[in-house]
Amino acid sequence: MSIKTLTGMAAVAGVLTVVGVSAPAHAATLDDIKSAGELKCGINTGLPGFAFTDDKGNWTGFDVAYCRALAAAVLGDPDKVKWVNLTGKNRFPALASGEIDVLSRNTTWTFSRDVDLGFTFVGVNYYDGQGFIGRKALGVSSAKELDGASVCIQTGTTTELNLADFFRINNISYEPVPIETNEEARKAYEAERCDVYTTDASGLAATRSTFPDADAHMVFPEIVSKEPLGPLVRQGDDQWADVARWVLNALINAEELGITQANVDELAKGTENPEINRILGSEGSLAEMLGLEKDWAVNAIKAEGNYAEIFERYLGKNTPLGIERGLNALWKDGGILYAPPMR
Amino acid sequence: MANTSLSGQQDSFRVGSLLTDERSRGIVLQLLVLLGVALFVAFIVSNTIANLQNAGLASGYGFLDDTAFFDINQKLIDYSSQSTFGRALVVGFLNTILVSALGIITATLIGFIGGVLRLSDNWIVSRMVTAWVEFTRNVPVLLQIIFWWAILTGLPKVRDSIALGDAAFLNNRGLRMPAPILESGMEWVIAAFVIAVIAAIAVSRWARKRQEATGQTFPTGWTALGLIIGLPLVVYLILGQPLDWDLPERTRFNFRGGFNITPELIALWFALATYTGAFISEIVRSGIMAVSRGQSEAAFALGLRKNQTMRMIVIPQALRVIIPPLTSQYLNLTKNSSLAIAIGYQDLVSIGGTILNQSGQALEVVGIWMAVYLSLSLATSAYMNWYNKRIALVER
Repeated sequence: MSIKTLTGMAAVAGVLTVVGVSAPAHAATLDDIKSAGELKCGINTGLPGFAFTDDKGNWTGFDVAYCRALAAAVLGDPDKVKWVNLTGKNRFPALASGEIDVLSRNTTWTFSRDVDLGFTFVGVNYYDGQGFIGRKALGVSSAKELDGASVCIQTGTTTELNLADFFRINNISYEPVPIETNEEARKAYEAERCDVYTTDASGLAATRSTFPDADAHMVFPEIVSKEPLGPLVRQGDDQWADVARWVLNALINAEELGITQANVDELAKGTENPEINRILGSEGSLAEMLGLEKDWAVNAIKAEGNYAEIFERYLGKNTPLGIERGLNALWKDGGILYAPPMR
Repeated sequence: MANTSLSGQQDSFRVGSLLTDERSRGIVLQLLVLLGVALFVAFIVSNTIANLQNAGLASGYGFLDDTAFFDINQKLIDYSSQSTFGRALVVGFLNTILVSALGIITATLIGFIGGVLRLSDNWIVSRMVTAWVEFTRNVPVLLQIIFWWAILTGLPKVRDSIALGDAAFLNNRGLRMPAPILESGMEWVIAAFVIAVIAAIAVSRWARKRQEATGQTFPTGWTALGLIIGLPLVVYLILGQPLDWDLPERTRFNFRGGFNITPELIALWFALATYTGAFISEIVRSGIMAVSRGQSEAAFALGLRKNQTMRMIVIPQALRVIIPPLTSQYLNLTKNSSLAIAIGYQDLVSIGGTILNQSGQALEVVGIWMAVYLSLSLATSAYMNWYNKRIALVER
């Protein structure tokens, strides 16, 4: 193999790399979305409750609802979203390269993702923690008894790192079984390739809900990490980050103020409560400050309802997941969900 | 003056002749194309660099020294979650090499046996091999990997493991086998093995020279086998069997001790070996058929037996036809091993992907992937080209 051929190959390889990379981060994401008439939203490849397809084949779920609200706020129509399904592995390159405008995919807010990877988390929409699910037949009551067990794990997630930490701290050994997606991990767990499966507790509840013999499985009491999940955007476009942040805050504040999908049109005509009026646009100029239409929050809330409505519809007690509000209740109801005031 | 300039114009360079003269037109066009390509590449490279800097995507290879914080289940060298990303990549690289080497050896064996059997006079044997080759070649290798993995994970659960003589256990988490523990003195056994191999090579050289000179044959194969097995065995027994076994024992969830071959490794290995083996069997068949029948007939006429004819007349000539396409099959197998990710075998691509995600260094990791696979391929071709030259027909 001559030097010439080698350089030739290197050049070709170089060109290939280059072609694979799409346009860089634009400064004005908001303008791009408006002119394209569609929001590009990155979601899970499939996780019951958070991002799944309904019987008509439309994407729906807790993470999906946020993007629909965001699209409604920016474009006036919750359906103007292009869904991009991403694995734990390819979600960050997709956001960094501009393939998506916002990532709403059970993503944990961590220091390195925020600082080093160059993203901006716009808030927390689900306070989660990592847990383990295993068969009751194992006779294990605590994750600390899992010495020597095989553990299924989704690669490229914070849970992979927490898992290593947990077993190291407790000085017990395990065999990691790395799997790409939640769906495949569920299959491997069902085939008993591994003894336990670990991911965020919400994901465990979602996965357990799909088992035909859900009662034969238990989620262990240990929550081994803090997993604040939230939507994120590229760093460096503060205007767009503000829009994404305040749509989320508007949904949370709407719950606090009692604005619902049903009464939002009525309340938008004007109320006695100045805070409601400011959010819904009948008083003040919040919309102008954000660079959006006056009815942005009305549209956002009309899309899927306020935070409580979205939570109960996809994750709450009347769903197969049956998740309690817990930490995700409003601050005045004993949770830690707390949105800054809108004034 | 006018005269001079006219004649000067005829002899020396004229712009017009660049288009009218066929030869110089060719050169000019080639230069233009080259310039165009160079400009295109330069544009793309500078554009990319600018874009990457804007997006903050490329920041060098310093991250390789950062702590990995994740675990790997199959490691050929020491590795823990406290090791660096760089070491994790090496672990992945070795796993790629392991499955590729196992695959190449097995595929070659399967291919040679399959190719010879397909030419068998036995109708049933040749048809069965034909059916197997056609089936295996025409199903995508990814499906075959998943197929083997599904079969292996369908094996009995850990609690119902199939015990092979109370030393090895087969279950849907792989094959757990006793691990050898080398005690002091074992290094002499290994040395004896190395010496035996060298001696075997020397014997075969001597035997060939003697045969060329006198025509007398020597049972090289049996002698070599006896040397390679016998010598280390004798040393092993003399030194009082300095080898112990770490036997697997049951624990609450799994087995402890011994070593485990994961179903992921076995599935990937089987799938790659049978898939590539089917292609190799066709290459071997074509190689054997390329040797003219007159060669074997002449050998028979000289009184050589059938297996001698095959070994000394047909195969050496067939190899010349077999080696070049065999090389590309080896390269394919190595590259196909990156499909490991589908079943969670932690090879270079799988671990690189994890690193890519944890560190966010997408381009650097992709660059490492390309460099590694390129070097592996170039190294394989270099070796096979050398081997090809060695067995090429020596023309006198």
